[in-house]
Amino acid sequence: MEPIGYAQSASAQLNATFAALADPTRRAILARLAKGEASVADLAGPFAMSQPAISKHLKVLERAGLISRGRDAQRRPRRLEARPLRDATQWLENYRQFWEAQFQRLDALLLDLQTGERKTNQKKPETKKQKRVHATR
Amino acid sequence: MKNSGTFNITAHGDREILVTRVFDAPRRLVFDAYTKPELVKKWLLGPEGWSMPVCEIDLREGGKYRYFWRNDADGQEMGMGGVYREVVPPDRIVAMEEFDDAWYPGEALDTITLTEQEGKTTIRQTILYNSRETRDAVLKSSMQYGMAASYDRLEGFLFSPGHEALSA
Repeated sequence: MEPIGYAQSASAQLNATFAALADPTRRAILARLAKGEASVADLAGPFAMSQPAISKHLKVLERAGLISRGRDAQRRPRRLEARPLRDATQWLENYRQFWEAQFQRLDALLLDLQTGERKTNQKKPETKKQKRVHATR
Repeated sequence: MKNSGTFNITAHGDREILVTRVFDAPRRLVFDAYTKPELVKKWLLGPEGWSMPVCEIDLREGGKYRYFWRNDADGQEMGMGGVYREVVPPDRIVAMEEFDDAWYPGEALDTITLTEQEGKTTIRQTILYNSRETRDAVLKSSMQYGMAASYDRLEGFLFSPGHEALSA
């Protein structure tokens, strides 16, 4: 019943970003690249993984636009492309804020409704119909 | 606002998403705010810049509801609706939900329960999807708060100065 369909605006880019981030090795690779560019051999070192295995992960990250290749034709160093990751986290945060914005409007509406009820009750103090609601224990 | 901290979105079981939130009002009012069109239109407006020109609610078992939103700036539109399965004021509402532009396969089943304690109402809403895959796709593409938080942490980790590699 909630307008979660705004998620439609999630682009293929975001899906690719999330899919790429779902893997712990790939997150660790990104963390390493956040320190500076590195070759495949540099990256394979700390992970106790074969270079082909690392290359597979790098391909996923590259397709998602999270990393790119440096100019050095010999080493082909990979480097972090920060923007897609920032976009993805920003988008999720926006989404959470979107929900919270709905609920805060509801908070305000509920306050209005209660204030309105109190005023109505004060205007007609003689009405017998109003019942005090007792907190049930 | 002080109730913001009570807001939570999590995965629940295999096929559900669970949303909980506390409101400072008796539940009959919260129930009204969820089920009376003139009230729903005041808060369920979508993101900044959207309005809700259509909100129709036939609040009874087998009755239909229809929500429709529009982005006033660019004319983008979005609609959803479904049939009520169970209506028990002010305890419980069960309804199907389906978006006009299906962004997940099939319908989902919404169950909203309201509990009141000392004048405060806790809303507990579960959205049950037709498969685990659908639920996970919805979570992945959008809305799980816990996931957002973990990505926030990841981002903080990746971009804060002086971090250490995850494994070295």
